[in-house]
Amino acid sequence: MSPSTSTLSEWESKHRLAAAGIPVAEERLCSSAEEAAIAASELGFPIAVKLCGPAIAHKTERGLVRLGLRDGDAVRTASTELLAAARPEDGRVDLLVARMVAGKRELIAGLATDPTFGRCVMLGIGGIFAEILADVVFRLVPVSRTDAEEMLDDLTHRAWLGPFRGEPAVDRERLVDVLVGLGKVAEEDARVRSIDVNPLIVANGLPIAVDALIEVEG
Amino acid sequence: MSCAQDLARYRALFEPKGVIVAGASSHPGKFGFVAAHNILAHGYAGRVFLTNREGGTILDEQTYRSVDEIPDGAADLVFVCTPPASIPDLLRSCANKGVTAAFVSSAGFGEAGEEGLRAERELASLCDELGILLAGPNGQGIISTPVGLCAQIIAPYPPAGRIAVASQSGGFVQAFLNYARSTGVGVSRAVSAGNSASTSVADYLEYFASDPATDVSLIYVEGLADGRAFFEKARAAAAQKPIVVLKGGITAGGARAAASHTGALATNDRVFDGMCRQAGLSRAATVEEAFEIAASFAAQPLPRGPRVFVLTTAGGWGVITADRISQSRDLQLLPLPADLRAAFDAKLPPRWSRNNPADLAGSETRDTVLECLELAVAHSDVDAVVLLGVGIQSNLGDLERRSRFYPAHGLERIVEYHERQDTRYATAAVELSRKYAKPVLVATELADAQPGNPGIVKLKELGAFAYASSHQAATALEHLFRYRRWRDRRGL
Repeated sequence: MSPSTSTLSEWESKHRLAAAGIPVAEERLCSSAEEAAIAASELGFPIAVKLCGPAIAHKTERGLVRLGLRDGDAVRTASTELLAAARPEDGRVDLLVARMVAGKRELIAGLATDPTFGRCVMLGIGGIFAEILADVVFRLVPVSRTDAEEMLDDLTHRAWLGPFRGEPAVDRERLVDVLVGLGKVAEEDARVRSIDVNPLIVANGLPIAVDALIEVEG
Repeated sequence: MSCAQDLARYRALFEPKGVIVAGASSHPGKFGFVAAHNILAHGYAGRVFLTNREGGTILDEQTYRSVDEIPDGAADLVFVCTPPASIPDLLRSCANKGVTAAFVSSAGFGEAGEEGLRAERELASLCDELGILLAGPNGQGIISTPVGLCAQIIAPYPPAGRIAVASQSGGFVQAFLNYARSTGVGVSRAVSAGNSASTSVADYLEYFASDPATDVSLIYVEGLADGRAFFEKARAAAAQKPIVVLKGGITAGGARAAASHTGALATNDRVFDGMCRQAGLSRAATVEEAFEIAASFAAQPLPRGPRVFVLTTAGGWGVITADRISQSRDLQLLPLPADLRAAFDAKLPPRWSRNNPADLAGSETRDTVLECLELAVAHSDVDAVVLLGVGIQSNLGDLERRSRFYPAHGLERIVEYHERQDTRYATAAVELSRKYAKPVLVATELADAQPGNPGIVKLKELGAFAYASSHQAATALEHLFRYRRWRDRRGL
């Protein structure tokens, strides 16, 4: 991250994505452990809880993500620990309580600012091998539906989007929505420098943004 | 290129009514000689004015001591070979004489450090002020075959044709012109963009898109000062005509320390590749592929769909070609339609392959290859045909002609027959392609191994060419089909 940019909180990042038509995992923003436990029981288990704030970019590295919580007590304990882990420089923090999304496949999507061509939307094969496979494709903003459809077919491992181990093929229209939506988020705010949607989990054929981070100028 | 005035200036660059060579030299080793020589030696029909401070004659032409002595309005293009410091005054005089385009070959500008860069910017703004289109500086020249213009300090002068070349490297202009000469698929315009002080490769693309002499553009780029502008102009130009791109300089520029995974994966090569797909540009992997794709666009109609039929008289080539097409992400090996099989059965003895690839297996008589080829090209399920085996008979004929038994023992007659057959096959490939508006690509190693083979020569005469392998033909077909699909999906 260059010094002249900052990140939006995960909550706000996802709100912008959802407003642009990108399917986002169902979640609640809570300010206390008790509130988080109530939200969890409404959403249904298993639950993920993350510490969320505009100054927090690298949650995983700091251990600020708790996954697979199976009951209210687990959520309460995790939430208390996460709030205690906040540092003064994190500023205002909240708890992001989300229902775990189950899927066998992960995609990565996002937006980058290329020094020559400016802002471009990305789609790639996600998961732990994302960087090694580097099976990613780009299109310049704005991205039309036709452009987005062609991105799907340009993946080297495009068969990966087909039916997989009992799961249906990835819903192409919904995936196109994600890519077109990423372009829209950029078009609506000239300050947006980068977006990471990682992972974009494919759950029963439908892509859902599970984590998201928007980087903006200033 | 935004208005009629711009278009007129590009016309002055590529179709000048008269050319001034500023800084012409009598020394054959100097660029000022080479430029003058090349313009005078290749049949340019307009007037040519050579300027030289000493006066006298060069290449039998009386020179002018200064541009001021040249008649008003007689030239609209100046080819500049003089040192950088002299160029501003020179261009002012040229503007007074009605010159509207300048090709500056002189070096010592942006490529030569800070001071050169300043001089280059001043040159660009001076040309703006004077209403002169500036090409270069530090470029190797211009070719324009419709008017016989060879205003360049490199070789060769290519055959006339429908490919327009713009390159950030003069060396690649030369390479493409040499491929044009060896394949016979010719060139309409070529320009070495040099430092692109005010006219970039994207600007030339805009002109080529509107140029009636051009069917396809072929460009080489390294750096792009304004990537967005390139994308917008190239995409608009690609909506008019196909564009083939060769890109130099793959660096890990995007893979810098980035805050995001997306940023880390956004290498400049991947972004460039996506930009090409989006803009409808055909990006070539190699220099020779770049020319071959452009030549394919120039010589072949676009396939309506991905279904390819392979017709061969050379068994192994057919199998390998079918393998290549089967593995293509874009093309399909058409399963042999029943009615086409029946039609072939009626022409051929039963030992033909009865499959796609259709291997005639030596069962052909005088007219069967031609008849089967037309059946295939005409069939409504066939979008493109790859024809293999052209030239085989003449290859044998060549061996027989060189033998000590020739011309006795019936050799003369059979050699003539072989050569006539290959000529007929080549002619049919081109004529059927035109008649049915479908690509018919001939592939044979003889394109390289025996360029004088009558089949190869005939193709060249007819403006087509033979691919040296079926892999190359399949690659070309993939680009043709992808461009067609890009257009179709966008309602173009």
